[in-house]
Amino acid sequence: MSDSIDIINAFALLTNFVILPALSYGSQLALGALAVTLVYSILRFSNFAQGDSMAFGTMLVIIISGYMISKGWTITGFPTAILAIPLALVGMSIYLLAMDRLVYKHYRKIKAKQNIVGITASIGVMFVTGGIVRFILGASAQRFGDGERFIFSVREFKAFTGLQQGIAFKTSQFLTITLAILLVAFLFYFLQKTKTGKAMRAYSDNTELALLSGIDPDKVVRITWLLVALFTTIAGTLYGLDKGFAPQQYHLLLLPIFASVIVGGIGSPIGAIAGAFLVAFSEILLTYAYKKFLIYLLPLSMHPSSLVQLIGTEYKYAISFVILVIVLLIRPTGIFKGKVIDGD
Amino acid sequence: MAYLEGKNLVASYGVVPILHECSVEVEKGELAVIVGPNGAGKSTVMRVLLGMLDASAGSVTLDGNDISMLSTQDRISQGLAFVPQTKNVFPSMTVEENLQMGGFIRKDDISKTIEEVYELFPILYDKRKQLAVQLSGGQRQQVAFGRAMMTKPSVMLLDEPTAGVSPIVMDEIFSNILDVRNAGMAVLMVEQNAQQALNIADKGFVLVSGRNEHTGTGKELINDREVRKKFLGG
Amino acid sequence: MNTFFQDNKAFIYFAIMALILVFVGMNQSWALALGIINMSLISAIMALGVNIQWGYAGLMNVGIMGFAALGGVSVVLIAQQPVSEAVDAGGFKMFIALIMGAATITAGIFLNRKGINKWLIAAIVVIGYLFTRYYFSEAADIIEKVDPAITGYLGGFGLPIAFSWVIGGAIAAGAAWWVGKITLGLRTDYLAIATLGISEIILYVIKNEDWFVRGLKNVYGLPRPVPYEVDMQQSEWFQNLIAWINRGELQLLSQTEQIEKLTDYVREAAVVFVKLCYSGLFIAILVAFIVLSNLALNSPWGRKVRAIRDNEVAASAMGKDIKRQHLQIFVLGSAIVGVAGALLVTYDGIFIPTSYLPLRFTFLIWVMVILGGSGNNMGSVLGAFIIWFIWIQSGPMGLWFVEMLSNNMSEGSSSLEFIEDRVHYLRLVFMGTILLLIMRFSPSGLLPEKNKQL
Repeated sequence: MSDSIDIINAFALLTNFVILPALSYGSQLALGALAVTLVYSILRFSNFAQGDSMAFGTMLVIIISGYMISKGWTITGFPTAILAIPLALVGMSIYLLAMDRLVYKHYRKIKAKQNIVGITASIGVMFVTGGIVRFILGASAQRFGDGERFIFSVREFKAFTGLQQGIAFKTSQFLTITLAILLVAFLFYFLQKTKTGKAMRAYSDNTELALLSGIDPDKVVRITWLLVALFTTIAGTLYGLDKGFAPQQYHLLLLPIFASVIVGGIGSPIGAIAGAFLVAFSEILLTYAYKKFLIYLLPLSMHPSSLVQLIGTEYKYAISFVILVIVLLIRPTGIFKGKVIDGD
Repeated sequence: MAYLEGKNLVASYGVVPILHECSVEVEKGELAVIVGPNGAGKSTVMRVLLGMLDASAGSVTLDGNDISMLSTQDRISQGLAFVPQTKNVFPSMTVEENLQMGGFIRKDDISKTIEEVYELFPILYDKRKQLAVQLSGGQRQQVAFGRAMMTKPSVMLLDEPTAGVSPIVMDEIFSNILDVRNAGMAVLMVEQNAQQALNIADKGFVLVSGRNEHTGTGKELINDREVRKKFLGG
Repeated sequence: MNTFFQDNKAFIYFAIMALILVFVGMNQSWALALGIINMSLISAIMALGVNIQWGYAGLMNVGIMGFAALGGVSVVLIAQQPVSEAVDAGGFKMFIALIMGAATITAGIFLNRKGINKWLIAAIVVIGYLFTRYYFSEAADIIEKVDPAITGYLGGFGLPIAFSWVIGGAIAAGAAWWVGKITLGLRTDYLAIATLGISEIILYVIKNEDWFVRGLKNVYGLPRPVPYEVDMQQSEWFQNLIAWINRGELQLLSQTEQIEKLTDYVREAAVVFVKLCYSGLFIAILVAFIVLSNLALNSPWGRKVRAIRDNEVAASAMGKDIKRQHLQIFVLGSAIVGVAGALLVTYDGIFIPTSYLPLRFTFLIWVMVILGGSGNNMGSVLGAFIIWFIWIQSGPMGLWFVEMLSNNMSEGSSSLEFIEDRVHYLRLVFMGTILLLIMRFSPSGLLPEKNKQL
């Protein structure tokens, strides 16, 4: 077999096990990180309830899609969950707006130090939300994706290209990447071009001046929660379609999401996306075993005997925080300069 | 009765009284300046006029109508505009977006007003796509004025527009203010640089401990021996 | 009446709590009541540490479990006997690997200070890392292969367990110093998120490095600072004591019945006695910490701390001093949490890394501090008792409630089984709601801080 085929095989391998998984995981993190960024920019606190909110949104999708499947309302090829998203979105919006009304609104009114109070309050909301999800769906893992699992499978790919290494493109990966691109495009259009979006940016930039310009703070907050509901529900659903649903797993997603937000520069939407992909690619690149990859590329005499793994898979989740610590040491503002560094 | 008038205003922060029956007023096409030592309540007067702080007594009238009970946003739509001392632009928005935000509450077409602002401050037109944070201090002040003018106000309130800027920039800002006044607006400003401000002012109010100590035209006050001795350093 | 309540609020609350615990002791069992008390005491020490950070200085530590786990590790490292076979086989190699790792990091930092090309530094660090990792995984393999079912790790130093409490505090303090250096002076939420992240990293290391403290295989049979129940049952003076206490009842019985009954009593009493020993120990440590921190708070240092917290003008005037002081407080508070973590493992007698759920138990401690009244040490203690009691008893209470319902519902109804199965998750909802309600309606807690300047 010639060398060039080996190189193609090596990269097919890498695409299948590193690039596609990292792209979809990164997209899921990015959507979650954007939700955190939105809350941070407008309400000025780090939302510790984000992971559990994603579980809540996914729970709604699971329940609604279960009902739809039982009624036979499905589309061929795609998971029914996608059809359930709009309805789940309504539920999620109501839930978040209710939480804002019951919990966060009071602290805005009394002008409390929103950062500290917001974190504490969001931890309370996190437990309430997580408890509700576990009570309704239980704590064990479950899958809820139906329909075709693959856009094309390894076997189809091999048959088509004649390569030794196959690439599988999962439906969930396709959906994740497509929806993430659409949502991000929508968000940037909304923030850059529409009057309401600009008002949100103005409010985030300089709240007092926004009030002096006649921008209605209640409306800005309301729109923010609606956007958060959109991003949270879809991020949670996509993650669940890809890796299955388990409340504890979602709860822990908070860690890589926060890492993404800070690494990218807190309060910066572009930073959140960049941070999410940095975290996702680091996690997967550093824990991938390069043995097979190197066997394709190196002459027989240099074939590695060990797995050639830079960091053990068990440390996957810790990686995001190691990155976080390094960023805090070298450049606390994040890659894209985030908001003020000191003070509250 | 003057166009904007704050009469016998009494106000306090919590239990600390700040204003004791203090009065200020300004006519259209006139520049009035409030000067005085630190803690005299100068900025507080502004806040009361704008409804950002409630007065416990006294009244605020605009063109003869009592606006004391209106919210800040309603006073803005009645024709008041305010340029705060610091943080008076949206830093991560472009110059043009700053102006658009200034006209947020207007339902009609604001593009003509934006044109007018560019005519008044031509440099802003060249920099309209730049972020406000990237501009120089003087240019940023122009953006702040421009933003405030977007509601087509009849009264412009300025809180220490020259605080912390170099003398050259200060001249630039004062000339901006005169342009605004010459455009027919009533301008009321609080100023630390009393000498320079009174030089260009039509009317001046010297506040001490929340009370009117001296009132007169700019010239009168500058030539007043007592005012000179106490507030203008001889 | 009202002023009487205000003046004696603390006493009244504690008295009510004591009555409830006595009630549990009489109706359920004394062992259960003492178990709750002991865990409350440990939680109270932890809450004290958090209160120093949060109540005195407004520092948000969301990684309490990481520091507590470091305390737990120190118990294993100090009190367990060394596994000489493993030390002989891989100890030296591991030592070399760790030295190499440390040398790599030091070289990186040193070269960075010298301002050498960043890429060169990165290359050196990466090469150093690869060498370290190579040696390290070999050493870890050798150690973990030594009798993996029982040991498979290096063991500890075999010192008296009491040392581990001090060392646990010291290790936690060291970690806190490092975390604080990185994050204090940045925004508040950076500290919160970074502490959460670092406690995660600590827990990942503990869970996955089997050669260190056995990872997921747990460490059993840690030595105890108090006597064992079995020894107590067999000691003559203890039997005589129990016989004397129950003499009235025993006299009425026949010989064989007497012996039977006495054995029962002795068994029960041994459990209670051991738990009481722990209680005494924990109370002594808790009181010592309260006295020390109250002394510190009323010293010139403490007055400065409060001035910085309550008066932002004074705080900003002090500038750089604040960061140093916050670092001191952060280290101090974390050290206390570390001690509490060591006590927790001492009390359990086993070290189970998976039992440290970072957010969940961190959160419980937070609720304790906020419910009690942040800034008030006695408040934290009260909060610890109340919240731990609710946390433990809300499970049974929930089930009891469901059973009450079930009396009115048809037998074996599926929705009922469903609820019975899931009802314990509702205590998360319950705790979250308590936190939100206190924050909203009584932000200064049950026992508000007296020193606060308004």
